[in-house]
Amino acid sequence: MRGLRGAVREWLPPAAVIVAALVAWEVGVRALRVPDYILPGPVATWQAIWQWHRAIWFNAAQTLYTTLVGFALALAGGMALGLAIGYSTLVYRALYPLLVAFNSVPKVAIVPVLVIWFGIGTVPAIATAFLISFFPIVVNVATGLATLEPEWQDVLRSLGASRWDIFRKIGIPRSLPYFFASMKVAVTLAFVGAVIAETVASNRGIGYLMLSASARFEVPLVFAGLVVVALMGVVLFAAFSIVERRLTGWAYRGQVGVGV
Amino acid sequence: MPAGGTPADEAFVRFDGVTLDYTHDGRAVRAVEDVSLTVRRGEFVVIAGPSGCGKTTLLKTAAGLVRPTRGEVHVGATPVTGPLKIVGMAFQNPILLPWRRTLDNVLLPLEIVAPYRERYRRDHAVYAGRARELLAAVGLAGFEDRFPWQISGGQQQRASLCRALIHQPELLLLDEPFGALDAFTREDLWQVLQALWMERRFTVILVTHDLREAIFLADTVYVMSARPGRLVSRTPVDLPRPRTLEDSFSAAFTATYHAVRRLVGEGRA
Repeated sequence: MRGLRGAVREWLPPAAVIVAALVAWEVGVRALRVPDYILPGPVATWQAIWQWHRAIWFNAAQTLYTTLVGFALALAGGMALGLAIGYSTLVYRALYPLLVAFNSVPKVAIVPVLVIWFGIGTVPAIATAFLISFFPIVVNVATGLATLEPEWQDVLRSLGASRWDIFRKIGIPRSLPYFFASMKVAVTLAFVGAVIAETVASNRGIGYLMLSASARFEVPLVFAGLVVVALMGVVLFAAFSIVERRLTGWAYRGQVGVGV
Repeated sequence: MPAGGTPADEAFVRFDGVTLDYTHDGRAVRAVEDVSLTVRRGEFVVIAGPSGCGKTTLLKTAAGLVRPTRGEVHVGATPVTGPLKIVGMAFQNPILLPWRRTLDNVLLPLEIVAPYRERYRRDHAVYAGRARELLAAVGLAGFEDRFPWQISGGQQQRASLCRALIHQPELLLLDEPFGALDAFTREDLWQVLQALWMERRFTVILVTHDLREAIFLADTVYVMSARPGRLVSRTPVDLPRPRTLEDSFSAAFTATYHAVRRLVGEGRA
């Protein structure tokens, strides 16, 4: 067990860096007399957050909603496709280049197409969040399965295990750390996807809020939006890191007890 | 003759002219050449030979993991064409699954091998009890709920032995199971294995490059030549059981050791 000192040692460095960055930012902005419509300082940004907190809350909830729906779809679809691909080395080899190609397409380029298909609003944001987070999950799960140690397979094969037995007893558990590792990366990606789509094609959400604020030169509100986006990203990442450690602790055996 | 002389003089495992080629960089390489030997029911056979002589490959033909290029292996009356449920196998590395506790690792074969798998849920308590007994027999009582990475290498190999024995196989195949352990742990495990074997009298084929280990454990030691692996000798070991570590320094033991050692030398030449 780590005590108070351990907790302090763990949280102090990142907290100190954040505080120092905020102070430097504020001091810099004031010393150089940068106007708010170019670069607002932390204080002005905080004031904007406070002033607009209802609008921010309303739009942040929308973004969180589209992110999580898109991400949930990506989890289910990515796990299923990843397992299917990893089950067979042939399918894995056949599909892998195509998946990498899909993954390389900038998703922002797809948003206009999604608007043509689904119109402006919630659906393109969900679809973008899905598309951007789907492929990392597929590729990770498939890789986890395809790189199964031959020795483990021999242990099961020597018992007369079928392919399906091997898949169930070692394939799936073995791919779980890959799945969770991809999950915390994918959730931040889904978030980015949702915000991008809202910026291009929506009338709700944090992305839309920032776009309309910058159109009105309300730069402190734009920064307020950025801060909220960053905070939500950190919270989602942390949440899924905790889930990961809980469920696949064996894969972190070297660092048990370090925490998130 | 095995100590006690109880097992019938019956051929349980038969290798008939087993030859095994594999392709490496497009060239055919011969790993094992024309190996014929029989193992009686209840016999403890050790196949010794230098590294890379194909002894592991030979063992895998009996496990049904590898098909011979020529020749046949019989276990009981059946020709081996795939893995058999009356066979248990342990490998050089323990290969325990890191997400399973020791007890669940030992129980793994029962989730796979018929007829246990059909009754696994219903009889889980019975099986768990049997696994605990087995773990206690190898000195792992109290470690049932540890994960593999929480126990030492020697303990992992003990658990791996239990896993190979949990489904009460008639034939135990051991592929250098003590090769990766330190000398003290290795000698401990020789005694553990000997005790298990004397109690249960399964048939064993153990592959090793350690001649002291071979003579300590075996009823019969076969020596294989360097690649391609051929049998160069068969040496019965008539030392009384249970053999102790002290016995391994006796004149009779040493004489057998030197005799076998010379044969390994000839096999290499």
